[in-house]
Amino acid sequence: MQIAFWALAILTLGAAGGVMASRNLLHAVLFLIVAFIGVAGFFVLLSAEFIALAQIVIYVGAIAVLLLFAIALTPRALRDNSETAMVGPAILLGVALAAIFLFVIHDAAWGAGAGDPGIGAADLGRALLSTWVLPFEIASVLLTMALVAAIMLVRPEAEEDADAGAAGGGGEERA
Amino acid sequence: MPTATDHWYDFRDLSNLSRVILEGIDSVGPSELAYLVAPLIGFVAFFLVFVLPSQLFLGVYGERRIIGRMQARKGPNRVGPLGLLQPLADAVKLLQKEALTPARADRAIMWAAPIFFVAPAVLLFAVIPFGPRMVFADLPAGLIFFIAVSGLPVLAAFMAGWGSNNKYSLFGAMRVVAMSVSYEVPLVLMLLGVAVFANTLSLPGIVLFQAEVNLWLVFMMPLAFAVYFICVSAELNRTPTDIAEAESEIVAGYLTEYSGMKWGLFYGMDIGYALAASAFAATVFLGGWSMWGLEQWVPPWLIFVAKTHLFYFVFIWTRGTLPRLRVDQLMGFAWKFLLPLAVFNLFLVALERLLWAEADLGDGIVFAFAAVNIALSAVAVWGWARLLGYRPERMPTRPRLAREAGGYVPLDDPAAGGR
Repeated sequence: MQIAFWALAILTLGAAGGVMASRNLLHAVLFLIVAFIGVAGFFVLLSAEFIALAQIVIYVGAIAVLLLFAIALTPRALRDNSETAMVGPAILLGVALAAIFLFVIHDAAWGAGAGDPGIGAADLGRALLSTWVLPFEIASVLLTMALVAAIMLVRPEAEEDADAGAAGGGGEERA
Repeated sequence: MPTATDHWYDFRDLSNLSRVILEGIDSVGPSELAYLVAPLIGFVAFFLVFVLPSQLFLGVYGERRIIGRMQARKGPNRVGPLGLLQPLADAVKLLQKEALTPARADRAIMWAAPIFFVAPAVLLFAVIPFGPRMVFADLPAGLIFFIAVSGLPVLAAFMAGWGSNNKYSLFGAMRVVAMSVSYEVPLVLMLLGVAVFANTLSLPGIVLFQAEVNLWLVFMMPLAFAVYFICVSAELNRTPTDIAEAESEIVAGYLTEYSGMKWGLFYGMDIGYALAASAFAATVFLGGWSMWGLEQWVPPWLIFVAKTHLFYFVFIWTRGTLPRLRVDQLMGFAWKFLLPLAVFNLFLVALERLLWAEADLGDGIVFAFAAVNIALSAVAVWGWARLLGYRPERMPTRPRLAREAGGYVPLDDPAAGGR
């Protein structure tokens, strides 16, 4: 257990460092994937297998692929990734975040809870559809809205005009 | 009743053997040693005993000889009996070849991609139950594990395509990612239906469910099975859907710049992934190691292997028969055809499960569900296709050449003009 923890810690922190240090955006994303997998390993060590698998499905399977898409579709994504004017604010933000995390870590009561923590797939599913059903539904609606909005944003203008014309009877175009 | 016993020599349950070995090691060495040896045994058992022989056999006899037969030619038949030793010869050849790296390629990514591609293939077999007790990692969420891990090779394919620094490779990589993102959605929705119906996420649990009600899930959810086959075939880049390596369009897709054993790893693991997908289908849809009581007489793992190879044969069959689809056809098919069907199937199955649980019906009701589902699936496929403008009732006629020639000319029939 100890060995696994330290190995995972080195892997995750090393990969996270790689994300920051690499100038090549694609390398950064790949390091990020390794970091995600390391975090999934921590969840396994905490015997939260379902959360570990969800971490892999969502972060490695979906979000990382999304990032890869974003890089592949962005012109000049791999060039000019040197220092920018945002270095100062970024460092400030990082330090502030680290301070908050350290405060939380220091403040929390780290005792091993007794009994079943209730983080299996069945427990989570039951909780999501009973106690937390309202936030769950709000998140679903939000995601659906985002999906529709994304499609609206990337529609070609010609198609949009054609639709508007069809909806408004198309009288102006003919005139 | 001849059920498997706990003796190590009982070949009906090979888990006894590994247990005896582990207990022996535990009694001799320190306790940590068993933890190190257990994965080794798992690896040897799953990979070296099952995957590699299957791969050699299917990879050659299936993928080359049977396809050769389907395409009216002889496959490789010179190396060893029936040409079965061909993969060994290929491996030796690949090992000797130089693994070239283009000068402008991203060396680190190109070097790491085959490794990232191989590791998940080995991991996938960890949750597959080969027999009642022959499962390496009995995870409570084995189904999710399989979905999660089978999504990883996409990243490796993207790394390969991007790292090669070649436009054809990049085209292939983008196609892999786009296609797997599209086909993952109906696939996962269908498997969700399976989990709802079997009321469990664990793969041994799903097998036990099918053994209990004496009906395989392929009969209960024919739609899910068909969609699983199509989606998995698309994700694996098998020929009707292999737009990511389409030779006629983009050279070899993300493998364009690979050579030597690096290419060999991709090629070999393609078969490995297809084998894993077949094993998963045999587990989830074809009843796993159960066979209506036959598993008490025949070793369950043999039944399982037979089902796996049967499913793989359908892969080979489609590969040898169907022509490649276009990119836009494939994408449209996933989003416009498969996704609504998947949602329909999920709704139907959830409704039936609710009915089953609430109305306190016996296990025999699954046969009624099966009949209803088969009928409704056929209607749904036909109706949705009609709605989208296809005409599913129009059966394709025989190709003109075959019709004019009076049919297929067998290879070994001198009377019909063959050799």
